[in-house]
Amino acid sequence: MLKFLLRRLLTMVLTALCLTFIVFFLTNLPPNLEKLAKSEAGSRISDEEVQSWLNKNGHGSPLVVRYGEWLGVMPGWRLEENGVTTGRCIERGQDPETAPKFCGVLQGDWGFSSVFKDEVSTIIGTRLGLTGLLMFWVMVVMVPVSLIIGVLAGMREGSKLDRSLSTFSIASTATPEYVSGVILIAVFASSMVGLKWFKGTATSAMDNITFENFFLPVITIALYGIGYIARMTRASMTEVMTAQYIRTARLKGVSFGNVVMKHALRNALIAPFTVIMLQFPWLLNGVVIVETLFNYKGFGWTLVQAAGNNDIELLLGCSVVAVVVVLTTQLISDVGYVYLNPRIRIS
Amino acid sequence: MEELGWGAITLAIMKQFLPVWIALVVTFVASIRYKRRLGLYGKLFDSTIGMIGFAIVMFWVFTALFSDLVVTHDVLAQISQMKNKLPGTPTPDGMGWYLLGGDHLGRDVFSRVVEGSRVVIQIAPVATLFAFMVGVTLGLPAGYYGGRLDTGLSFLANLILAFPVILLFYLLVTPEIVETGLPQYLAIILFLFPIVFLLVLVNSRFYVVPEFRNKVMIAIAVIGGYLYLSLVGEVGTKVAVLPNSLDLIHVPGNILIVFVSVVFVNSPTVFRIVRGITLDIKTRDYVSAAQTRGERPWYIMLWEILPNARGPLIVDFCLRIGYTTILLGTLGFFGLGLSPESPDWGSTINAGRKLLTIAPHPAIVPALALMSLVLGLNLLADGLREESLKD
Repeated sequence: MLKFLLRRLLTMVLTALCLTFIVFFLTNLPPNLEKLAKSEAGSRISDEEVQSWLNKNGHGSPLVVRYGEWLGVMPGWRLEENGVTTGRCIERGQDPETAPKFCGVLQGDWGFSSVFKDEVSTIIGTRLGLTGLLMFWVMVVMVPVSLIIGVLAGMREGSKLDRSLSTFSIASTATPEYVSGVILIAVFASSMVGLKWFKGTATSAMDNITFENFFLPVITIALYGIGYIARMTRASMTEVMTAQYIRTARLKGVSFGNVVMKHALRNALIAPFTVIMLQFPWLLNGVVIVETLFNYKGFGWTLVQAAGNNDIELLLGCSVVAVVVVLTTQLISDVGYVYLNPRIRIS
Repeated sequence: MEELGWGAITLAIMKQFLPVWIALVVTFVASIRYKRRLGLYGKLFDSTIGMIGFAIVMFWVFTALFSDLVVTHDVLAQISQMKNKLPGTPTPDGMGWYLLGGDHLGRDVFSRVVEGSRVVIQIAPVATLFAFMVGVTLGLPAGYYGGRLDTGLSFLANLILAFPVILLFYLLVTPEIVETGLPQYLAIILFLFPIVFLLVLVNSRFYVVPEFRNKVMIAIAVIGGYLYLSLVGEVGTKVAVLPNSLDLIHVPGNILIVFVSVVFVNSPTVFRIVRGITLDIKTRDYVSAAQTRGERPWYIMLWEILPNARGPLIVDFCLRIGYTTILLGTLGFFGLGLSPESPDWGSTINAGRKLLTIAPHPAIVPALALMSLVLGLNLLADGLREESLKD
């Protein structure tokens, strides 16, 4: 078990390094840097001026070196000009002697956002908090509902209840967030239909969450996931229900409800656990879409802003968070699966 | 001219779709008549769910095919009096109606949705097919040989899968990246796979009849190579191989990029599925029999393992077209890749969502269209799965 965990962790670190390097490479291509120089130093500067601005700000060194600096494993660049030393790790007005040698993601220095004019770490911190709230409520709605639907549909395969619940789950997997969000807003928030039960934006939810402004975004994300998890639960439930020990229990005279609750459920819920964990990366997608649609300024919204405005350091920060979230949930789902499933655990 | 009520609108839309109905009826009558001779396709007509799914999918395919007959107005023509007008409003020149209303620029929502189906039906199945070629060509050897090759390829696939899709899209489709030609380089690699796949397929099968094999392989290499070069290259971009006069296929730059990124996102998943199935099938007796006969590895992979893996692969193919449709919509929704003028569903939803609380119909109509197509594909996949399990 320990060896398995160690190997998984090692692969995870390697994957994270590769992914961040790819993102670093893609965000630091020459056209991006040129655009950055023009937005920082004036849009009418000549090509030579762009080059000298880039050299002065530490973008001139080879890619691998810059990646190392950003990561914090290479000493930050320093430049001496007219007796004034500037550098990656030297803040304005700081004595170069006292400045640290390394400053990168590993040291907690995530850089400065050019769009929001703030430290990347603080931006991501607050935005992640907002998204965390959204995710929490999504989970609270999605997990119980989908498990109940899956179990109800799977316990009597082929019944009317199964047919209708399965159709519902297929329909919900066929409705991406931008479709269900649009429909839900039109029905429940527009003046055309006139129901106006909820608000069409969630901007006010950033300060004060109410049922009225938060229900639609939560249900929009949850709806797409419900279908998928419910189908997985149904599949594993139907498989368990045909097992020998269930038949034995039924023949012994245990009531149907008891068989479902006490015998089948525990075994049927192993597979959905993995599925729910693996939903996280893909929930991230839903979060980006829904936050854009409902104008809820969380992590996903920040990612779109950073990517759309060539905010290199913020985008890098966002991708580090995204990659770490994805890899951690993968690890948890793997370990959890091994831990929950006795057949694998013992061998 | 008077405004139309909902009944009249429905009737007019039904009438507009007349060619599609005729084609649908012809397909269904012919298919049900000969269903016993049509293999898995024919069996589809034994399952109600499968038939419903197939009907919805074919409805959109025929709509895309006959879109020139179905549309009522030019998709780009703007009539300023028709901005955000309700469904059924007559046009000011008295020549017709905006059956499903006008959008924020005064264009006909109905015609745009019909025309938008063309974008999806053109890109989604082909992109999925390409993703399958890539996934199969890499997944078979990874599962069959195992070892280092498997470890390496699986690591790569997991790498791409760990990327949040939207971040990847933003990184691949932004103008700065397109300027560097990166998506085109990606296209060079990805589009090579179908040709490699076909060459290996033919070579492994007709290895014993070299004359015939050589002819077919040269034909594939020449035709495929020509199509390949004219597909990836475009005069005036970073990759320009053929001169303009020889360039057969002119794919607009942004469509190519959208296509490439969709293939790129889909292929690792296909790879994982194919690899998993191969791992399972290679332990079967008929594979051992082929090995004992002395068949070469690629023959076993492509002519023993692949045909026996077709059931789950066909089902996944249908599901994946639906997923690709969703991805295309996502790209449009974020205004990436496709031009804002384009009538595709994602872009139209994106344009309509800003006025959602005042005039929801420009966003709702394409949203429902997209949903129905994906739903149809999912139902079709479900029906196919049910029927293929019955064997």
